[in-house]
Amino acid sequence: MTDGHAAAPYGPPGREDDPDRGPDGPGDPPEWVKSERQLRREAELRARGRRSVSIATASTIVVVVALVVGITKSPGWPRVQETFLSPEAFVAALPDVLRGFLLNIKIFLIAEVFILVVGLLVALVRGLRSPVFFPLRALAVLYTDIFRGVPTILLIYLVGFGVPALQLQGAPSDPVTLGIIALVLSYGAYVAEVFRSGIESVHPSQRAAARSLALTHGQTMRYVVLPQAVRRVVPPLLNDFVSLQKDTALVAVLGPLEALRQASIHASSDFNYTPYLAAALLFIALTVPMARLTDHLAARAARRRTGGGDA
Amino acid sequence: MSLLKVEGVWKHYHRQSVLRGVDLEVAPHEVVCLIGASGSGKSTLLRCVNLLETIDDGAIHLDGTEITDPRADPDDVRRRIGMVFQAYNLFPHMTVLDNITLAPRRVHGVRAEEAEARARELLDRFGLAGKADEYPDRLSGGQQQRVAVIRAVATTPRLLLLDEVTSALDPTLVTEVLGIIRELKDTGMTMILATHEMGFARDIADQVCFLEGGVLLESGPPGQIFSEPRHPRTRAFLQRVLEARRM
Repeated sequence: MTDGHAAAPYGPPGREDDPDRGPDGPGDPPEWVKSERQLRREAELRARGRRSVSIATASTIVVVVALVVGITKSPGWPRVQETFLSPEAFVAALPDVLRGFLLNIKIFLIAEVFILVVGLLVALVRGLRSPVFFPLRALAVLYTDIFRGVPTILLIYLVGFGVPALQLQGAPSDPVTLGIIALVLSYGAYVAEVFRSGIESVHPSQRAAARSLALTHGQTMRYVVLPQAVRRVVPPLLNDFVSLQKDTALVAVLGPLEALRQASIHASSDFNYTPYLAAALLFIALTVPMARLTDHLAARAARRRTGGGDA
Repeated sequence: MSLLKVEGVWKHYHRQSVLRGVDLEVAPHEVVCLIGASGSGKSTLLRCVNLLETIDDGAIHLDGTEITDPRADPDDVRRRIGMVFQAYNLFPHMTVLDNITLAPRRVHGVRAEEAEARARELLDRFGLAGKADEYPDRLSGGQQQRVAVIRAVATTPRLLLLDEVTSALDPTLVTEVLGIIRELKDTGMTMILATHEMGFARDIADQVCFLEGGVLLESGPPGQIFSEPRHPRTRAFLQRVLEARRM
């Protein structure tokens, strides 16, 4: 760690080999030899780096020990250990919970595609200016206002029990499909706002340049604004998808055998809550890599923004 | 017949008048330079001609038809007018070649190969032969602005508007952009430039217009405007420019 710090930025500058220029040519820049002062400075920085690492290690150990001691010495610990951390119950429930989790992934993947389509369409409709589209635009505003305001779980109840109750010809009655529809309605509204903020973040001068080339509103969107907007909203979109991944568990209230439902079946038959822990671990196993990817993309976008001069 | 005719154009922003009854006529192949302090209305006038701003009164005619008629199709007007901006406004997600061929292909229906061949020819002519596949942020300011000029002329417009195209550039890069404009004049391109480069305006313009506070105070051939300005405000402005240069 301290090594990398010292090595990368301070190496001798890579001199451009220019065969036409003699070593003592008039325009030859002076060669850099590290001065005593710089060497002392680097030694001091390295020592400081080592000191920070030891302090961080020590404080981490103190905190972890305090947590472990505090929890295991608590009066209810033996009981918690038995009901939440039973290896036997874990092993017994895992296959079913895992099978249920595959359904969560399926719900997630299908919903994600529709959410992107709905979100993008709603965002684009809100950007239309022609008076012909006024009703559509009003509808889009109404949609985002309502569906961002209703708690997702309530929406799942409403769609999951309300739509079948209508007894419409051809309306879906399968709980998974209904759950997906509810998730799409809820997340579509959020994603529409993300897309809209991305579209609005593209500088007006880009639009002016496109219009000055006689591109129509639609062409300006398609070739100039959207490609830039979508690139900017990838990190917030991924963030919404991390959230969607775990909200697939809400579909459990409609009855399909996904991870949470499987876990609760096991939990209620054995009076042991360890299956919930199994389900939680599976969700974490999926969301953590996605969250790291989001961070990585956001950091890269930030580097690009400061690196490339965006006049 | 004049190519562009601006008649009594008014424009307000937030109840403040930016253009106050501006009249201007531009003949085919003529180069007109708009001079004046920042905020005098030069840029606004150009944006009004390109219909990027709607005027509040008056009329603008291009090739004898009124383009400020609400029934006129703005896209049809812009197909005949090119514009170059102070901050280049290249599309950062497209290569130089795509920036240049976008409008010919999507707006003018030119086939891709044809549009590319023409773009490469223009890049060649203006000293940017190796830059076709670069992204704009890999180019210097002068190179970016030259690409922006090429993008604007790739559709062979009737009229080219240049809005302070050298103001964002390092002094050493100004000449390369001015060079390309001079070449365009030689090809007979009709141009209106808003500019702070007085020496260049004197050299290239057929007509120089001085604006102040949204009023076109004086216009005439560069020799007259720069050597014997009639209006005292023009004289005062040129005096200030001269003093600034001596500093």
